[in-house]
Amino acid sequence: MEALWDGLREALRLIAHGDATLRAVALRTLVVSGVATLIAAFVGIPVGYWLARGRFRGRTLVLGLVNTGMGMPPVVVGLVVWLMLVRSGPFGDFELVYTKRGMVIAQVIIATPLVAGFAAAAFQSLPSELPDLLATLGASKFRTLWLLGREARIGLLVAFMAGFGGAISEVGASMVVGGNLQNSTRVLTTAIVTETSRGKNDVAIAYGIVLLAIAFAVNLIFTTLQQRSR
Amino acid sequence: MPSQRNQAPNEWRWIAGGAIVMLSGTYRPGTNPLKPRTIIGPVVLVALLLLGALAVACGGDDDDGVMPVSNSTVPVRPTPTPIGGSMILATTTSTQDSGLLDVLVPLFTKGTGVEVKVIAVGTGAALEMGAKGDADALLVHAPASEKPYVDRGELVGGKIVMHNDFVLVGPPSDPAKIAGNKDLKAAMAAIALAGPFISRGDDSGTHKQELTLWKNAAIDPRTAVKQREETGQGMGATLQVASQRKAYTITDRATYLSLRKSLDLNIVFEGDPTMLNIYSAYVVNFEKFPRVKRLQAEAFVAFMVAPATQLVIADFKKAEYGQSLFFPDAGKTLEQVGKP
Repeated sequence: MEALWDGLREALRLIAHGDATLRAVALRTLVVSGVATLIAAFVGIPVGYWLARGRFRGRTLVLGLVNTGMGMPPVVVGLVVWLMLVRSGPFGDFELVYTKRGMVIAQVIIATPLVAGFAAAAFQSLPSELPDLLATLGASKFRTLWLLGREARIGLLVAFMAGFGGAISEVGASMVVGGNLQNSTRVLTTAIVTETSRGKNDVAIAYGIVLLAIAFAVNLIFTTLQQRSR
Repeated sequence: MPSQRNQAPNEWRWIAGGAIVMLSGTYRPGTNPLKPRTIIGPVVLVALLLLGALAVACGGDDDDGVMPVSNSTVPVRPTPTPIGGSMILATTTSTQDSGLLDVLVPLFTKGTGVEVKVIAVGTGAALEMGAKGDADALLVHAPASEKPYVDRGELVGGKIVMHNDFVLVGPPSDPAKIAGNKDLKAAMAAIALAGPFISRGDDSGTHKQELTLWKNAAIDPRTAVKQREETGQGMGATLQVASQRKAYTITDRATYLSLRKSLDLNIVFEGDPTMLNIYSAYVVNFEKFPRVKRLQAEAFVAFMVAPATQLVIADFKKAEYGQSLFFPDAGKTLEQVGKP
C-alpha cells in the first residue's frame, strides 16, 4: 500500500514538473489516436449511414460483421497489420512498420467498426421518411448525408468518442506495430507496460494518470458539444 | 540521458488541424440547415480531413526521436561520412531493460546520422527477424542458436561485442537452500525440488540458457520442476513476477543489477563457467534480402566493436553498481571470452 502512495506522489511530482519525456509521449499519443479517430470517422460515418439506410442483400450480415469488429481484439489487429507491413510482408516496401503511420493504420482498423456501428445505430434512430423528404426539397445525395448527420449528431458524437476511446486505450496493436520505440512510437499505454516491467511503478502511474486525464478531457469536450446542441 | 528533442511544431500542427475540423463540424444553433452558406462547414471538414489523411500518408519521416545534427556543446568527433537513413536493430530485452542501448544508440546516431529503431524481443525472435530480412542488424546472446543462422548465410559479418554472466536469483528466504552452493547441477536439482521457478518461456537467449542448465543437470523442466511457470515476457517483467511469487529465476547480471532496487530477490548462485552470456552483433545478409540497409547495419556492427564504444560498454553503470554490467570483448574468439 505504501508503494502505491509513494508511486502516486512521485507520479504527481513528474506531472507537475512537466517531465519532457512524459509530455512528448502524451502529445504523441494524442496525435496518433486523434488522427486515427478522424480517419475512422471519415470512413465509418458514411459506412454507418450506408448500413443504416442501404437496401441491399446481405445487409444484416455486414452489420453483424461490423458489430463483431466493434469488439475486435486490438492485438489481433496488430498482428495482422504487422504481418502486412513488415519487410517480408506484402506492403514491406512502404517501410511503415515501427512508425507512427503504421500505428495510425492499426488504430484506424480498430476504431472504424466502432464508429460505423454507433453511426449506423444513430442513423437508424432517425425517422425513416426523412431522406425522401430532403430529396423532395431538392437536397443532393451528399447534402442529404450531411443534413441527416446533423440530425443524428448526438449519436454520431457518441460514435466519435467510442472510436477515440478504442484507439487511445489499446496497447496490443501499438506494441506490435509501433515497436514501442522510445523516441518515436512509444505511446502512453505501451510506456505503462515498459515502465512496469522496469519496476518504475511511479513513472507507470504518472503515465496512467495522464492517459486517463486525456481521455477525460477529450470526452468532456465532446460531451459538452453534444449536450449544448441538444 | 539523451536529450529529448522538442517535437512540438510537428505535433501541434496536427492538434490545431484537428481542433479546426472539430469546430467546423459542430452544429451552430439557429441556422437554417438548408441555407447555402452552411455548405461551407462540410466542405471545410472534408478538405481538412483529406489534408490530414494526406499528411499522414506522405508526411516526411515521422520518427521524431533523433536529430542527426547535434548542436549541443559536447564535443563530438567529426565523422568523415555521415551515413544517414534509418535501420532496424533486433535485439534482446536485456540490452534494452538494462539501459545500455539508451546510452549507445544516441552515440551511434550522433556519429553517423543513422536513426536506429530498436526492437527488443527475445534472441529467438530476433534471429527469426534476421532470417526473414525483417531487420538490418542483430545484437543477440545465444552463440549456439546463432550458429545455424550464420551457417545458412542469413547472418553475416558477425562480431563478438561483450559478455556478462547469468546468475540464479531467488527470494531472500532461499527455500531451496542453495546460497553458498558451489555445484550448479546440485543447485538446479535443489530448485527443482523446492520450487517455484519462473521461466522466461519466450525463446530468448536467457530462456535457452535456462533450458541448457536443466539439460546439463538431467532434469526435465516440463515435468520435474516444482511449480515452474513461463511468463513469455521480457527479463524485466519476468524478474518482477519472480519477485512477487517468491520464486527462483535465471537472469543476466546486468538486468538484475539495474532492477535490483525494485526486486525482492538475491543472487543465490553465480560464477559457473557455463553461465557466460556472450553478445554478438550481426549484419543481416544484404545479398539475400535486398531491402536490408547494408551501409547502416555494417556501420552499426563496426561501431559496437570500435575502441571508444568498448570503453563506454566497460564503464556503463560501473560507478553506480561498483561493478561492470558488461565486459567488452571486441576481437576475441568464443573460446577466449571470459578468460584472463
